[in-house]
Amino acid sequence: MKIKLFYFARLKETLKYSTEDLELPDESFTILKLKAFLAKRGDVWGQMLMGKLKVRAAINHELVDDKAVINDGDEVAFFPPVTGG
Amino acid sequence: MTVRVQTEDFDVGLEINQLRQARKDIGAVVSFVGLVRDLNEGDDVTQLTLEHYPGMTEKSLSSIINQAKTRWNILDALIVHRVGTLQPSDQIVLVVVSSAHRGDAFSACEFMMDYLKTEAPFWKKEANSKGEHWIEAKSADDMARDRWKIEK
Repeated sequence: MKIKLFYFARLKETLKYSTEDLELPDESFTILKLKAFLAKRGDVWGQMLMGKLKVRAAINHELVDDKAVINDGDEVAFFPPVTGG
Repeated sequence: MTVRVQTEDFDVGLEINQLRQARKDIGAVVSFVGLVRDLNEGDDVTQLTLEHYPGMTEKSLSSIINQAKTRWNILDALIVHRVGTLQPSDQIVLVVVSSAHRGDAFSACEFMMDYLKTEAPFWKKEANSKGEHWIEAKSADDMARDRWKIEK
């Protein structure tokens, strides 16, 4: 399945990606599985997505947890805890 | 009910007047303005850069207004949040709430700010004389939000 990915703030800066279109190898993916899949890209990816830093995720603009299921065509985003206001 | 994310500054008086326009049932208007401080945890802040997630940020702010509407009798609400590069003493955020009586507007305004700080996708990067760094989320902000889950 195909998804669109976005990264924000520290993640965007460190991973040097703001957005990408991604083809996932099978049809059943959760946020946790996607993080593990991306972490295989290298050390910095593992540190950013599976390390000590808190990472929040959204699917189609809604905050979700690690168990959330991703569907074909979804927009997925990873970012640090928010600090607006 | 209005939500705006913008780089430009805002005029608090003008925004309040617009919100009141053509209504005579408003008895109270409460507003909150957040500003950039020149001191944060002992550092001399020279610049603050705000990033957001276009689409999700606006949706999240609208949802915060809708949650406030279900809890209090509010007549109208406005959230304006700036993004981009700001300097100390610049305005960052404006929340305005109108209601028939002050209690609803006071509570709804504080509720909306507490939720905005912990749920709306904005990220601050601070520059000081030592360089730049991303601001860390504070557990005190989570606690400020969580008290609304038990209080009414």
